[in-house]
Amino acid sequence: MRLAVEVNGAPRTVECSPWSRLLDVLRDELRLTGTKEGCGEGECGACTVLLDGEAVNSCLVAIGQCDGRSVVTVEGLARGELHAVQRALVACGGAQCGICTPGIAVCAAHIVDSGLVDAADGGRAARDRVRELLAGNLCRCTGYQLIVDAVIAAAREVAAR
Amino acid sequence: MTEPGYLRPRELDEALAARAAHPDWMVLAGGTDLMVNANHRPVPAGILDLWRLPATCFVRVADDAIAIGAGTTWHDVLRHPAIRDRLAPLAAAAREIGALQIQARATLGGNVATSSPVGDSLPVLLALDAELEVASVRGHRRVPYHAWCTGYRTTQLAGDELIVCAHVPVPGPATRTAWRKVGTRRAQSISKVMGAAAIALDGDVVVSARVALGAIADRPIRVAAVEAAVRGQRLGDAAEAARAAVRAAIQPIDDVRSTAAYRRDVAENLVARFFSVA
Repeated sequence: MRLAVEVNGAPRTVECSPWSRLLDVLRDELRLTGTKEGCGEGECGACTVLLDGEAVNSCLVAIGQCDGRSVVTVEGLARGELHAVQRALVACGGAQCGICTPGIAVCAAHIVDSGLVDAADGGRAARDRVRELLAGNLCRCTGYQLIVDAVIAAAREVAAR
Repeated sequence: MTEPGYLRPRELDEALAARAAHPDWMVLAGGTDLMVNANHRPVPAGILDLWRLPATCFVRVADDAIAIGAGTTWHDVLRHPAIRDRLAPLAAAAREIGALQIQARATLGGNVATSSPVGDSLPVLLALDAELEVASVRGHRRVPYHAWCTGYRTTQLAGDELIVCAHVPVPGPATRTAWRKVGTRRAQSISKVMGAAAIALDGDVVVSARVALGAIADRPIRVAAVEAAVRGQRLGDAAEAARAAVRAAIQPIDDVRSTAAYRRDVAENLVARFFSVA
């Protein structure tokens, strides 16, 4: 089938089976290879993108369901400059091997931009909240501490604007 | 290979007609179960896409019951003030289903249709004595949730039917409700044991109770022996009666995620805690 999808703000059309995964269409058809495949089972969060503004696992979305909808991938987070979350991940050292990083950046950007973390509270409660919200993004390298630091730092920066 | 068909109805009548016309098509909402390892699964003959079908995306609040559309996501459940207030165990379960990305897509109707023995919301629907409303071109009917599951991942849903909503009675003010899951990790991991209860109290005496367990049998189950054992008992005493009744009543499954012995111990502790003093 022929589909119209808005990807990172630009209208795109693709011709493919409605059963194709959004993940594969992004990587193979649209050459947006920033989105990674980890498990293919919705467990690891590496393939997280925004679909109509919600963070979702793109390995679990049939492309037929995306006709007429909008998708934001890690390539679409930076607008002129890097997103606050991307800068904070760099500054805090919140990335190592990098496979989980695009998914974490997208999910964390959603968390920060939607105000899901109370940035005024940089303490234990806010850190626990970040851990709960990022629980669907597995990282085998960092031990998460520096990722949580980065999300808190980005939330503070966005709240201060 | 021929491409699967695809339909995205926007009205319930249209969806029911499509279901009747294409009984072999996959009914897809959030896809969090049906799309797992999609590239290694048989390609469906067609996809009937019910994601955000308006007739199934609602929460209707009345004094005695809350109707929750089948297309309501766990994210929607979690942030709905009336559900959080009055159906607390359902909101608690929603918070521990998958994680943010899963909660944004997974629906109540999907949980009920897939009918996995480890579906996290299902013991809650049993404990709250929910009723499902299903529809087909032949009309609407209601099914008490306790009669819904007919076996391992099988339900009463007929081949031409779709799930419209769950009608969930609101527990009275003197009813204690609870939900608890035990697994390797709160998020994402599949539960080893989960339980839910609705306990009607007169002071500290149990008037009646509904107790449900998940991940224990081939389907989510009510534990009638516990419900009988606790009736008329004071909290605390009821906890010990419930513990003994669980031990005698259940034959937990033994699988990769846990052993029968561990599940039995945990189920006992979990149910006993539901009936403990404060």
